[in-house]
Amino acid sequence: MTVILGQTFTGISIGAVLLLIALGLSLTFGQMNVINMAHGEFIMAGAYTTYVLQKSISGAGVSLLVALPVAFLVAGALGALLEWVLIRRLYLRPLDTLLVTWGVSLMLQQLARDIFGAPNVQTRAPDWLTGNITVIGGDDPLTFANSRLFILALAVAAVVALSLALRLTSLGRRIRGVVQNRDLAEVSGISTSRVDRTTFFLGSGLAGVAGVALTLVGPIGPTMGTNIIIDAFLVIVVGGIGQLKGTVIVAFALGVMQSVLEYSTTVSVAKVLVLVAIVAFLQWRPQGLYTLRTRSLV
Amino acid sequence: MSELSGLGIRGLRVSFDGFTAVDGVDLDVRPGDLRFLIGPNGAGKTTLVDAVTGLVKAQGSVRFGGEELLGRSVHRIARSGIGRTFQTATVFEELTVLQNLDIAAGAGRGMLTMLRRRKGVPEPVARALETVGLADLADTLAGTLAHGQKQWLEIGMLLVQDVRLLLLDEPVAGMSHDERQATGELLEHISEERTVVVIEHDMDFMRSFARSVSVLHAGRVLSEGTVAEVQADPRVQEVYLGHAAVGDTTLGDTALGDTPLGNAPLGNAALGNADLGDTGPELPDEPEPAGGTPGGLTGAAVQEVRGA
Amino acid sequence: MTLPTLFKDPSARAWTGVGAAAVALFAVAPLALSDFRLGLLAKYLCTAMVAVGICLAWGRGGLLTLGQGVFFGLGGYAMAMHLKIADAGPGNLPDFMQLYGTATELPWWWRPFGNPLFALAATVLLPMAVAAILGSFIFRRRVKGAYFAILSQALAAAFAIWLIGQQATTGGTNGLTDIQGFFGYDLDDPVNQRMVYFVIAAVLLLLIVLVRQLMHSRYGELLVAVRDSEERVRFLGYDPANVKLVAYVVAAGTAGLAGALFVPAVGIISPAMIGIVPSIEFVIGAAVGGRASLAGAVLGAIGVAWAKTALSEEFPAAWTYFQGLLFIVALAFLPGGLVSLAGIVRRRRASHGSGDAGGNMDGGRDGDAGGRADGDTVGNAGEEKAPAVPLGGAV
Repeated sequence: MTVILGQTFTGISIGAVLLLIALGLSLTFGQMNVINMAHGEFIMAGAYTTYVLQKSISGAGVSLLVALPVAFLVAGALGALLEWVLIRRLYLRPLDTLLVTWGVSLMLQQLARDIFGAPNVQTRAPDWLTGNITVIGGDDPLTFANSRLFILALAVAAVVALSLALRLTSLGRRIRGVVQNRDLAEVSGISTSRVDRTTFFLGSGLAGVAGVALTLVGPIGPTMGTNIIIDAFLVIVVGGIGQLKGTVIVAFALGVMQSVLEYSTTVSVAKVLVLVAIVAFLQWRPQGLYTLRTRSLV
Repeated sequence: MSELSGLGIRGLRVSFDGFTAVDGVDLDVRPGDLRFLIGPNGAGKTTLVDAVTGLVKAQGSVRFGGEELLGRSVHRIARSGIGRTFQTATVFEELTVLQNLDIAAGAGRGMLTMLRRRKGVPEPVARALETVGLADLADTLAGTLAHGQKQWLEIGMLLVQDVRLLLLDEPVAGMSHDERQATGELLEHISEERTVVVIEHDMDFMRSFARSVSVLHAGRVLSEGTVAEVQADPRVQEVYLGHAAVGDTTLGDTALGDTPLGNAPLGNAALGNADLGDTGPELPDEPEPAGGTPGGLTGAAVQEVRGA
Repeated sequence: MTLPTLFKDPSARAWTGVGAAAVALFAVAPLALSDFRLGLLAKYLCTAMVAVGICLAWGRGGLLTLGQGVFFGLGGYAMAMHLKIADAGPGNLPDFMQLYGTATELPWWWRPFGNPLFALAATVLLPMAVAAILGSFIFRRRVKGAYFAILSQALAAAFAIWLIGQQATTGGTNGLTDIQGFFGYDLDDPVNQRMVYFVIAAVLLLLIVLVRQLMHSRYGELLVAVRDSEERVRFLGYDPANVKLVAYVVAAGTAGLAGALFVPAVGIISPAMIGIVPSIEFVIGAAVGGRASLAGAVLGAIGVAWAKTALSEEFPAAWTYFQGLLFIVALAFLPGGLVSLAGIVRRRRASHGSGDAGGNMDGGRDGDAGGRADGDTVGNAGEEKAPAVPLGGAV
């Protein structure tokens, strides 16, 4: 029984990482219909930022906390740059954007290889994140790793911050306006190009934060973003475009499902089963869990 | 050509997230009728057509030639002889006029025919090219046609599709006066062999060509009859004049023949249908821009906005 | 028929192109290239077969299939399983199973592949069946555009991960390696390698002709219509799901065939050849050459595969940058691919008023431009219009 609970908790923490990544995607994919494959490399940028900071700042705890805002800025800046140089030229061609940003992602990976070397590197977790919390003691103990709890807290904080920002700030209102009706927003005097760039900055910055979180549970390497990004895109597809609620629910659901299935079968079979479940789900809700209902012909 | 069939709608209701766009419509269109559907923005005209053609889910009953249509998929409804056009002309821009028509003619083709190359011009396609006057442009890419020509192409596609019921959503929007006249005559000609339903905001056009008219308002049929009967209906006058801008009520003549039945009084100038009495200049109509126009009568107007 | 009129008739041009390609593939290349180079060309031609399918599904149907590696892999594994069983001989297990496996006999799903006819049919029919099942689920529920691309990519990822997980029965990360014979012929013999090359070249030409026929049929026109406006097609009484399904299934079949022929040419199939990265590489070749033009897609695929071998051996880092740049430049700034350059140049000339003769000369020049890569003058095989390039401006 505790094994299942433990597995579920692991799943929730996987979901939390997925959520951090997918939050950024829900902004860029949701608002601009841009499939940014380089999002994975922004995660990588955040992770390497943590690595570099830990090298230059001695305390692991301090450097981790410093890394959060710095990684946000670094990844965000990369995102804004990408938007300005390439993506804004491609807004009407989402599929081409996918392939173009894949090219960008290849180059960023190679850049990381040239700077940091091809082998993976590790960061050291601060002491206060290395232990476990024992939830149920005794012969069959249930423990939660502190680092995973931290990631969960980080994801929850990011969701709260983002939803408050979308709801309360004027930038957030402009972003939502553009999501719902780009043309109308434009004629209402909103500079959609500036909103786009800012949104891209925010979404990519969140990827950087996700990268910081990933350093706590795994190694840092040039291709770390490639595999997880597909899962994050699936979260958006299943959750529904531009819907924060759907993203949150689906991220955790997929994480738990993957983790529990892994336990009952194998990692590779679990992967296939999750995909089958997603295709089956789309039979029922082809537009994802939550959708903005419109009468548009598309 | 098969025999003429009529359309019978009973208790049709369409709701979007709690908002009822079509609220219990009963409507009968005689076989061979040339029926105009008019009404203010948000009255549910386009939604009605959407429901009949299977684009939106609806309750109630829609029967055409004895067959129930509701619950069928879009392409099955199309195959039972019902065709439609859209507010913004929708043709296949990267295919030629001829290819557009050939595709429209081919829903019933077998596998082998589909896998073979098109040789020559099928006879119905040639006839349709003549009928809609695009014979000279057969090999032009449809994307390069003028706006009015695209709308004719759409009508031509319905003809080769050999539908028995044509549902046309603002077919003359954006056309010049002469083009409207030609289109109207074309519709009269078509309705000799088929049943035609036209959604229109242009009142002059309606007066010239409608055989019968239904006025929709707030999701219901408000009035029905000949042009004269509808114009004389006090409820229709109230709906239009009740909401009319102050200036419009100064028109002494209460016969709607001279008052704007269109959207002009509803603050929806973007529709450009303001044939203000007989005094105003004829404004060129623009099609509704994608994403729709702000403003309008009620929340319904926002729902009417289409991102086609 | 004079030369200028020859170049004006699309069909004649196409047959000229196919004929020239046949000469290049069957006469020039075997004479000019060493056995080693010819072997590499055989491998590139397999990539080109996948591109032929992508050209139909993506270029014409707008279906960005980022999971062609799955079908390539299904075909490849079906073929490799048969060859491994044949290599091992009756009653023996394939070598890798003896190495890792705990089983003493073939798994039940391996057994049918012992039959050569079943295995050969499976190389094409298995991918097509998978595509048909998956496609009917996806298209019927109107999952499209980016959603479809992401799902197909996830499929490639899941399939590769699954294969890696089944070490005992699929060879895991290593894949099925060290294949010795091909239906009784020893693959170490250069003469037999040449034979494999000729088979591959012939199949590629056949696929080009078949898919071109499909593109120019009524179905091909309908497919473009579905890409332009799926909803409108539905109102004409067609079910667009079926239209897309055909393109997707055909593309899966070409990829399966390519995978099957890749195995005797290279002697190995492994998850590294079918995951996310190779699946995208299949697409990029077609994109660089010109997604909507068969000639462009085929030459692009061959050219990119060639560049990869040539550059990545000596400068692996530089190749990755170059590949990334190729993606960006080709898709962001030249969406019609390299073949659209010819059209752009031609139209620019035409607008300078060079008249009729100039147009014809350019038509001939087209063929020269196509002759840069090994595959040679398939340059004329497709005079297809690139997306958003009005046909009216073509000649």
